Amino acid sequence: MTPQAPFLDDGVMRYDLRLTADMVTPGSRVLDVGCGDGDLLAYLQREKGVDGRGIELSMAGVRTCVSNGLSVIQGDADTDLKDYPTGAFDYAILSQTLPATHHPREVLQQLLRIGRWAVVSIPNFGHWKVRLSLALQGEMPVNEFLTDAWWETANIHYCTLRDFHHLCDLLDIRVEQGLVLNSRGRALRVPPRGSLANLMGQQAIFLLRRS
Amino acid sequence: MDNTVQPVDAETIGSEWVRLGHDDPLPLDSGEELSPFTVAYRTYGNLNEARDNAILLCHALTGDQFAADPSPVTGKAGWWQMLIGPGRPLDTDRFFIICPNVLGGCMGSSGPAEVNPETGRPWALTFPVITIGDMVRAQARLLDHLGIDQLFAVVGGSMGGMQALQWASDYPERVFASVPIAAAARHSAQNIAFHEVGRQAIMADPDWCGGNYIMQGTKPRRGLAVARMAAHITYLSEAALHRKFGRNLQNRSEFTYGFDADFQVESYLRHQGSSFVDRFDANAYLYITRAMDYFDLAQDHGGVLARAFADTPVRFCVISFSSDWLFPTAESRRLVHALNAAAANVSFVEVETDKGHDAFLLDEPEFHDTLVGFLEGAAEHRWGGGAS
Repeated sequence: MTPQAPFLDDGVMRYDLRLTADMVTPGSRVLDVGCGDGDLLAYLQREKGVDGRGIELSMAGVRTCVSNGLSVIQGDADTDLKDYPTGAFDYAILSQTLPATHHPREVLQQLLRIGRWAVVSIPNFGHWKVRLSLALQGEMPVNEFLTDAWWETANIHYCTLRDFHHLCDLLDIRVEQGLVLNSRGRALRVPPRGSLANLMGQQAIFLLRRS
Repeated sequence: MDNTVQPVDAETIGSEWVRLGHDDPLPLDSGEELSPFTVAYRTYGNLNEARDNAILLCHALTGDQFAADPSPVTGKAGWWQMLIGPGRPLDTDRFFIICPNVLGGCMGSSGPAEVNPETGRPWALTFPVITIGDMVRAQARLLDHLGIDQLFAVVGGSMGGMQALQWASDYPERVFASVPIAAAARHSAQNIAFHEVGRQAIMADPDWCGGNYIMQGTKPRRGLAVARMAAHITYLSEAALHRKFGRNLQNRSEFTYGFDADFQVESYLRHQGSSFVDRFDANAYLYITRAMDYFDLAQDHGGVLARAFADTPVRFCVISFSSDWLFPTAESRRLVHALNAAAANVSFVEVETDKGHDAFLLDEPEFHDTLVGFLEGAAEHRWGGGAS
């Protein structure tokens, strides 16, 4: 799945990926679901000494990962997570992929079955630009963050930060940490559950745990 | 055309060989045992001082130990010549490559074409039926003999991949990494069916003589050729056959309205069949196809494939080819699911190609990049950042 967020300048890891990595304890066991070309996995392995594995839907991504020495399999978050034993990993990571899954609720539950923690980042469809686009133009948003038109985007389940919190409540998932990022990818100093976060945050990263 | 067969003798094949199990018979899955038994093999590169840089390369059904140098029988290049050598994926500057001829084979390792030391006559059908597990057990004895406790990797395509899996399952402490390519954890009903066609073709040839053709001074050329022709189709793909031959006619502009090889594809298959007969033993073909048919790793573990790899420390790299219908990607995926369930460290790549099962023997850059990347990553975990 193509990550929705833009890359920074050459070779520099996306800021949200670095913030995601910051939530992971060094030396832990990590499963990166939807690991793309393996940027985050490679970083975690190199900088944090984690025992990292990945799942990626696109074969091109998988080949890139394995050719770079990463342990990655071709697989689908919707169907292939059930094979992993319970508690096999310390962290299960899902970067920007949740809205692209067919069954976000089941995927979230699987992440927290496989991992003791889950680190999940999502684009926020409650962001003011999205709201404006719908309210004033009456069109689905296309901007520097949500780059694809409705007919080509991988996202099929849109949610706002508030929607995401509702789902976590429903599934008895505790949000241990939440980082809300603005359009420049910088963390906002706002409570992650509040209305302001839902309005100003373009994306958010959550550290989740079963209650 | 040589219509007689000489018994196979390791001494005359032209590779390294060793006779083992004089005092310590090799137990077989059938309950029988072999004592002594011969393993013929080739090595490339050098074993390092720590004796930990060995890669065991396992050949496929009709392969042999001559992976990186010309076959003494056909004079043709080794079957993985392009992958083995200095700076190549199996880098002989770094690794010590060992490629044994399988038990049951006909290139020097004990098999039906070898002379039974007890009777002084070729084993023929009195040779015990062997399994992939038996082949691997014999290879383990070879490693004991060579003084190698742990392999850095075991690599193989097709039946070689079955051995790579059997190794990881039976000797997890002796294998750091396992690379099954175009393989499966079991032989499918369809594959058993194709093998049975081949075996029936051989046994229907009057020159097979109930298996005793060596003693009778004959050779089941026609039967073995038909077996090869049928099998060869399964190694290709519809797209590859069409690209190569289409409906083109062989050295003629119109049909002959007869049963000569009008089409290029017929002529090609006939050539494949007849050239195979010159280098392969018919009984060995029966034994080795049987070993593949019997292969089902899950069956040995209560029907649960994941149990074959419970708590495995082995790093796996499973590679399949998109147009391979003999060992399709679905079988590799099934294996990967089981490895995931065993919490194994596994990589899995399907290489996009239209060349069918045989792609693992061909120039497929994506496949080679995958192999290099995986071995590189595994080496880093085995020895740290530095070279071996």
